[in-house]
Amino acid sequence: MLWMRNRSFWMMWLGYAGAAALWYGSVKWIPIGPFRRLPDPVAVITEWLSPNPTFGISIFTSPYYLHILYSTYRATAAFLLAVLLGVPLGICMGWSRSFHRYASSLLGLLRPIPPLAWVPLAILIFSGAEPAVIFVTFLVAFYATTLNTLTGVSSIDQDYFRAAACLGATRKDILFDVVIPGALPNIFTGLQIAMGAAWFSLAAGEMIAAQYGLGFLIMESYNLIQFPTIVIAMATLGIIGFLSSALIRLLGARLMRWREQSLGLPA
Amino acid sequence: MMMAAASPSASPGAAASARSLGGRLSAREVGKTYDPDGACVEALKDCSLEVDAGAFVALVGPSGCGKTTLLNMIAGFDTLSRGEIYMDGRVLAAPERRRRPGPDRVVVFQNGALFPWKTVLENVSYGPVRQRVLTRREAQEKAVDLLRQCNLHDVVAAYPAQLSSGMQRRVEIVRALMNEPKVLLLDEPFRAMDTVTKTAMHQHLLEMYRLSRKTVLFITHDLEEAIYLADTVIVMTTRPGTIKLVINVKLERPRQPKILFSHEYLELKRQAAESIHEEARKAFERGEREQA
Amino acid sequence: MLGLVPLRSPARCRWRINWRGAVTVAGFVLLWELLVRFGGAGLEGIPTLAQVCRAFWDKYLTNAQYWQSWLVSFERVAYGFALAQLLGIPLGLLLGTRRIFHEVAYPVVELLRPIPPLAWVPLSILFWPTAELSIIFITFIGPFFIIIVNVHDAVRSLRKEHLWLARSLGATPSYIFRRIILPAVIPSIAAGMTLGIAVSWNVVIAAEMIASDVGLGRLTWEGYVSHTATTVIIGMISIGLAGYLSTLVVSYAERKLMPWQK
Repeated sequence: MLWMRNRSFWMMWLGYAGAAALWYGSVKWIPIGPFRRLPDPVAVITEWLSPNPTFGISIFTSPYYLHILYSTYRATAAFLLAVLLGVPLGICMGWSRSFHRYASSLLGLLRPIPPLAWVPLAILIFSGAEPAVIFVTFLVAFYATTLNTLTGVSSIDQDYFRAAACLGATRKDILFDVVIPGALPNIFTGLQIAMGAAWFSLAAGEMIAAQYGLGFLIMESYNLIQFPTIVIAMATLGIIGFLSSALIRLLGARLMRWREQSLGLPA
Repeated sequence: MMMAAASPSASPGAAASARSLGGRLSAREVGKTYDPDGACVEALKDCSLEVDAGAFVALVGPSGCGKTTLLNMIAGFDTLSRGEIYMDGRVLAAPERRRRPGPDRVVVFQNGALFPWKTVLENVSYGPVRQRVLTRREAQEKAVDLLRQCNLHDVVAAYPAQLSSGMQRRVEIVRALMNEPKVLLLDEPFRAMDTVTKTAMHQHLLEMYRLSRKTVLFITHDLEEAIYLADTVIVMTTRPGTIKLVINVKLERPRQPKILFSHEYLELKRQAAESIHEEARKAFERGEREQA
Repeated sequence: MLGLVPLRSPARCRWRINWRGAVTVAGFVLLWELLVRFGGAGLEGIPTLAQVCRAFWDKYLTNAQYWQSWLVSFERVAYGFALAQLLGIPLGLLLGTRRIFHEVAYPVVELLRPIPPLAWVPLSILFWPTAELSIIFITFIGPFFIIIVNVHDAVRSLRKEHLWLARSLGATPSYIFRRIILPAVIPSIAAGMTLGIAVSWNVVIAAEMIASDVGLGRLTWEGYVSHTATTVIIGMISIGLAGYLSTLVVSYAERKLMPWQK
């Protein structure tokens, strides 16, 4: 159990404990109105872990998992769509200068519009909240993926292309042997960012305009004055967001084992 | 206009067999002009040279003199503005025409271009597999064989990042030779190495040259390296680059480090050094004027 | 395009118009027109670009309330963003340089970071006495975590050799801070600010949709509620423009901070 003797490990838990104590203390003992209104950590934890929660949401109740499922389904669908469209587009834009010129103006015009600003229009066009929320989430993930893929491809050293050409590679060969592996680190960074951004956007979209889902749960608990549930939903969002990014990072590490092998001496 | 001719220094028999493998290069009044933002920059002007099959030629000159440009044109990465380049009698490059880069003239790059995401074995066997000249298994067998000849057998399954820079460069040369090129083009391959590694690399390269007898075009800014390795040293002027001086190196092969102190070597170095210093001074003065 | 290798073409004049880009944009506008005319159910109420421009010219250009919403939204972003930098940069430096602080506090930061800024809205409304403050808190949270992480990562990735060298040459801690740590951190600050401003805008719009009665987000939302797609589109374009302008300001500041970048 060597890790238990590690000082950082204990410091970390000290930090958590300190933050929790701060939260608890400020809610219970600071006599100012705002603090009084916040739910305290004990109430949240007991609610979250209780088999028979006061407000109906805990790890033992099925509506909790229903909300999680809705959110996860939307996030995954949007994310996959973004990857399917964004990576090829990024590759084309990074590899071919003329393609980049065609696409960059349009992208540059549409990108400054905050994705959440699309929600009302998306609801009108797709006549429904569900596709609208997925669309907005997709948009966020799409931008992040495309941009990072583009950067990844255009930052590949030209010598690799030349070497492959010397060795007899065709366009298709270069795509699979140079472009994709060379851009993969940046692509995965983009995917992680896209996943995180997708969750942010999804939560917002659900809060504004959806039925079911963790964002919706936050708004509903607020409206029904079920404050501990707000925190439960927030925490769940954070955990799932973190886990999904970590999953992508692990996948990336697997696919790019050649990166871990470097001896570590920087150039 | 300077006509540079280079022949392999060896017995007539070796020369004849080298010739049959091809790799005779010929450049006629090659010129290259760049046009960034409308300002005409002449990188190369009236370069002419003849390289016999199997010869080891070194191209020396100050930075910016166009030696890499010339290599790029031979390799097929860039077009030329004037003149022609031939290989074995067929056109390699002409204005508006350019033969695509290919395995008949493979390049070894300055900063190394081994694919970091492939193992040594995958890198080395890449060429023949992609050209469909060999099956993957055949290519890998041949690769292992060549690597063993060069004492690189134990790193076969390693990734390039795990190797020292010297080993990386050796693997890259083996990768190039796997394709049976007619010409091997090396663009300052040992530039970023320390003296000890560089000395070892010279011996490795000379050994590979001895075994394979390919035509080699070796670009460097290091005069000593050029004289030590090559049969012919071509000195280029500063921009616009043209051939200034051709030196035939008649030192005996196989080259041993002790010739670095021989009288002949020092004499060759003296000849070349005067030219190089003259060009370096011109480049320096021009640089000063350009900044002023 | 020549062959397999992306040959770098010589640089072109900077003011040249990107004709190919214009083609794509024109194509997009054309597609828009076609979809509105021949598209299905959901697209019926959507105006064409011409109609949007017309409506803007007639009803919004001279409307004081419209420009007022610009001001309101801008203010909210400005306060939240500025506060995030003012608090976040020192905190990030502290987390990066002081080991104990890092070990205790950083895990808490990592825990809070994945929570979407908008998810803080209800708690924020509960806590802060006014709606304005609660919105500014939301525009603060997004860039706050971004900048802390960026600064912290930048400090931690400093080459230890540089610090040791400076110390062995007799540099005082304050010198090291001013001349080594700060310059290394500035690019990350710039990147963090660019990201942060985009997040702030994204968030203020949504926050306004949920919890306010003025601002560009609110304007867009009202267009939605009243089924006036024209208003929605005008709102979107305004927001996009406002966000773009903010990004320009940040880029300008970035270039001033880092004159050595191209």
